[in-house]
Amino acid sequence: MSRERERPDPLAPSQRVASVPESGIRRFFELAAEMDDVVSLGVGEPDFAAPYRAREAAIDSLQRGKTSYTANRGMSELRERIAERVTRYDLDYDPEREILVTAGASEAIDAAFRALVDPGDTVAVAQPSYVSYEPGVRFADGEVLRVPTRAEDEFVLTRETLEAAGAERADLLVYCYPNNPTGATMDADEVAEVAAFCRDHDLGVLADEIYAALTYEGEHVSIAAQPGMRERTVVFNGFSKAYAMTGLRLGYALAPERVVESMNRVHQYTMLSAPTTAQYAAIEALDNCGSDVAEMRTQYDRRRNFVLSRLDEMGIDCFEATGAFYVFPEAPGGDANAFAEDLLQAEQVAVVPGDAFGAGGDGHLRMSYASSLDDLRTAMDRIERFID
Amino acid sequence: MDERAELLDLLRENARYSTTDLARMTGESEQAVEEAIATLESDGTIAGYQAVVDPAKREPEPVRAHVECNVTLDRETSYDDIAERLAGFPEVASLRLVSGDYDFAMEVEADSMGEVSRFVSEKVAPVPEITQTVTHYIMDAYKRAGHRFGDGEADDRLAYSP
Repeated sequence: MSRERERPDPLAPSQRVASVPESGIRRFFELAAEMDDVVSLGVGEPDFAAPYRAREAAIDSLQRGKTSYTANRGMSELRERIAERVTRYDLDYDPEREILVTAGASEAIDAAFRALVDPGDTVAVAQPSYVSYEPGVRFADGEVLRVPTRAEDEFVLTRETLEAAGAERADLLVYCYPNNPTGATMDADEVAEVAAFCRDHDLGVLADEIYAALTYEGEHVSIAAQPGMRERTVVFNGFSKAYAMTGLRLGYALAPERVVESMNRVHQYTMLSAPTTAQYAAIEALDNCGSDVAEMRTQYDRRRNFVLSRLDEMGIDCFEATGAFYVFPEAPGGDANAFAEDLLQAEQVAVVPGDAFGAGGDGHLRMSYASSLDDLRTAMDRIERFID
Repeated sequence: MDERAELLDLLRENARYSTTDLARMTGESEQAVEEAIATLESDGTIAGYQAVVDPAKREPEPVRAHVECNVTLDRETSYDDIAERLAGFPEVASLRLVSGDYDFAMEVEADSMGEVSRFVSEKVAPVPEITQTVTHYIMDAYKRAGHRFGDGEADDRLAYSP
């Protein structure tokens, strides 16, 4: 006998998940998948492979049978090296108590939201920004407060934009500099201004510094090194961008002991420990791959100059992005979605419309220069033909 | 990196970069780039430009040998004198003075094994200061001037990623 009433699907997505929209780039991904000869400036990862020594170290660890879990917080040899490494940003963290090694910086960011956000807490998210922050806050039942940065500020976060968005009522601020998708960086004065705002209004800060090593003008400034900020800041970094190790999934968080303890509570039950093979690769990367990082950075900087020159010659407005491996020009004609789709259809060049990265990105395009110069030249030639 | 070093680095990476692209990458004017390259050429820093070719794909494939040469010097003859004499032969593709068990490392290229052998026995070995030669025929090449030989690897990254 059949039941009178259909029960709802027991495997239906939770409201929490259903409330998070699909990524804005998925539509483009499907379009591009059906095309040949796509030159992609839509990629958010290095075109280099991980440094050869790091790969060899990973292989060596496998051959020696190093395939067990590590300590929850990561191998102590690795945490010690991370502590040493971040001193270059005037950061001082105790490897035993204040560092958590994670499966990519993404896991660290998610663990921080879940460890720190209570239902109804407000998290201010500086945008445009990497796509994970908003969903991460929602998965933790927090409220997102978007803080759009402005083209006229070259997408730097300012006290004015924070105030305009009402960020003083937020509990936490998430931001990422050098920025994905804009390529913007913040200098010491600009960081000090945001730090003062956070102190004045008692905000905690989650600072995604994954692109710190890819700063082309001046030195990267960490907000955690500002006076009074260390106690209220979690810094995220990792090996994906600087060391071209995206697929190895290895990142870390730096935070006061109590915060690392709460994050580790999440981490130990979800991840247990970051990938062991990747941790061996990371130790080698920190010990011996500095010149690889320097070489990649030199290459990115040349490509950055190349792309900025070409855009300028074409009459496409673009501020001088000084970090990560992105430029964020205005979309000719103003409609970034239409431009990106038409460019893909007509010339098979993939770029990402800025609004895929949240508020403030409207009318702009993210172009990644993490591609060979040959590919960049081809892409720029095609864009030039397209806008003619 | 200064402008000269930066340009050399770029040209060593790819000698076919156009002056315009070199200017775009370095932020210099095209004229400055042209002048700097002209100086590098005239002062002998840049001796020439050449494609890095996989020898296995040349037709006909040349025969190449790595030849070790031992020499004995006397009061009148220096390494430079002997090098000068050897380097003049078109068969000598490269010539280096090295430390270790022998003195000169020479790469010889010709159309056949016979030609390579005759060149070593008739032109190199008879040089009075050369006391011994050891010829290694090159069987395969995997990497040259920083370039790996083979089919190259496609970019297998996703076209879009956040």
